[in-house]
Amino acid sequence: MTAPAPAVAEHPAALALAGRHRVRIWEPLPWLLAIAFYFLFPKYLGFGTDLLVTILFALSLDLVLGYAGIVTLGHAAFFGAGAYTVGMLAKYGIWTEPITGLVIAAAVAAAIGFVSGLILLRTTGLTLLMLTLCTMALLEEAANLGQEYTGGFDGLDSVPIDPVFGIFEFNPLFPNTQYLYVLGVLFLCFIFIRTLVYSPFGQSLTGIRENMLRMHAVGAPVRMRLVLCYTISAAIAGIAGALWAQANAYVNLSALGLDRAATVLIILVLGGCGRLYGAFVGAIAYMALSHFLAKIYPTAWQLGLGLLLVIIALFARNGILGIFQSFLHRLKAKRARSS
Amino acid sequence: MVERPPALVLDNVSAGYGETVVLENVRLELAAGKTLAIIGRNGVGKTTLLATVMGHTTLHGGSVRLHGNDISHLATYRRVHAGLGYVPQEREIFPSLTLLENLQVAERPGPWTIAEVFKLFPRLAERQGNRGNQLSGGEQQMLAIARALVGNPSVLLMDEPSEGLAPVIVEELARAVKQLAAADLALILVEQNTRLALELSPRAVVMDRGQVVYDGPSDTLRRDPAKLDALIGVAKK
Repeated sequence: MTAPAPAVAEHPAALALAGRHRVRIWEPLPWLLAIAFYFLFPKYLGFGTDLLVTILFALSLDLVLGYAGIVTLGHAAFFGAGAYTVGMLAKYGIWTEPITGLVIAAAVAAAIGFVSGLILLRTTGLTLLMLTLCTMALLEEAANLGQEYTGGFDGLDSVPIDPVFGIFEFNPLFPNTQYLYVLGVLFLCFIFIRTLVYSPFGQSLTGIRENMLRMHAVGAPVRMRLVLCYTISAAIAGIAGALWAQANAYVNLSALGLDRAATVLIILVLGGCGRLYGAFVGAIAYMALSHFLAKIYPTAWQLGLGLLLVIIALFARNGILGIFQSFLHRLKAKRARSS
Repeated sequence: MVERPPALVLDNVSAGYGETVVLENVRLELAAGKTLAIIGRNGVGKTTLLATVMGHTTLHGGSVRLHGNDISHLATYRRVHAGLGYVPQEREIFPSLTLLENLQVAERPGPWTIAEVFKLFPRLAERQGNRGNQLSGGEQQMLAIARALVGNPSVLLMDEPSEGLAPVIVEELARAVKQLAAADLALILVEQNTRLALELSPRAVVMDRGQVVYDGPSDTLRRDPAKLDALIGVAKK
């Protein structure tokens, strides 16, 4: 016990942290593909924008569900809170600048996440699931009843948004600006989430998910960490909602509905929970399939998606990324055996 | 010179799970830096006693004091911050975190750093990149002890550390426990392996049906198998 402590940079924990944050060789790939999409599919930029917003929303859910193990069916509450914040501020001429609008939307969603988290996260399991659903339903009904401000069932349309940096206008027919703007915000949020999940805080969330009682016993203030994670996730979902409202120039009750909450959950299950890139893979698979199945078979396209989900649930519990990962493991094992 | 208060005091503690009372009027005192072995048959309340100190049970009466401060109503994590460390019976390693990450989530400032626990258990240093579920039972047990140590406790509670381990690993753990007992760390060792427990600790407590039925030198029990047999019925173990 008398040996001098190692220098901070040589400390095994510091080395491990540095290793965890290291960018893997394949990690720029999704971003390069997203940029290539902009040039290769100019007619699909509206779809692409929606896809990027969905990825961000799925990432926010992954933080609470995949990392902290908080089971929720009401995450659209925060998406809707962000969307309505931006929509109402712009519609009534209070605030139309898009980037600061995102900050305000994130703050509102985070405040709702913090207050609801303080109450809801005292519970677990089915009770928590139902309470998150109830919170979302309450917000949805509030938006429906507050017709004077929210537009009620019809929502708010033609929401005026200032040009980004005062230069790049949002054009509903040619959503080039929307696409690049959403891509930029997604990138920044992703960097933040990536840093968070690889930090000691992120590791403690994994510990809480795997054994909450043990995390108490190693001295972690479990409930406050869960509330903090829930609040951060709510803020990111709020940003996704705000982006959706800005990009489409409207906001309606669908932003707060169970459909949206369930869809993002399906996307995460499809891609793989707690894997960062599961949100990307799941959103691309779900939205591309929905898009093309709807073209091929407009009346029953959901049947194809349903079948895919059944297959994933039965044979690939860790989603599409899980299949890919187990394939890589087998390949490595085969190589090791042959060498 | 001001006398230090005992590291841990259980004052007339009655506790259990919900309405069910398992421990009845337990009185126990452990001085700083001393070691205490708790032995007894299965189901007599040894694990419940440790769980009560950690705040995992319902306290029906009495109080738990750590270094003179009443911690009876503190949340578990605050008890850990106050100086308790716990090595659970089932080890309960976080399976998807690496060995190093398992230590990092529990690390708190103090003399026991990750480098120090690697000196105590060199085998862990070799496997620091492996995930929790890739470790053997012995390695998991070492990690469970190491994880409790990097929290820098002043009182360490160990629940059956030798359970289910090969004799060679038990020897390695016993060596580590002796080292810990020699350091300024109060240690409570709950053990089914009576011979090992009596060898590691100079003081023994025997429990039966939720109560302390013997609290005295381990030597007395070691030299008097009949007494030990009368107390726990497993003198030959």
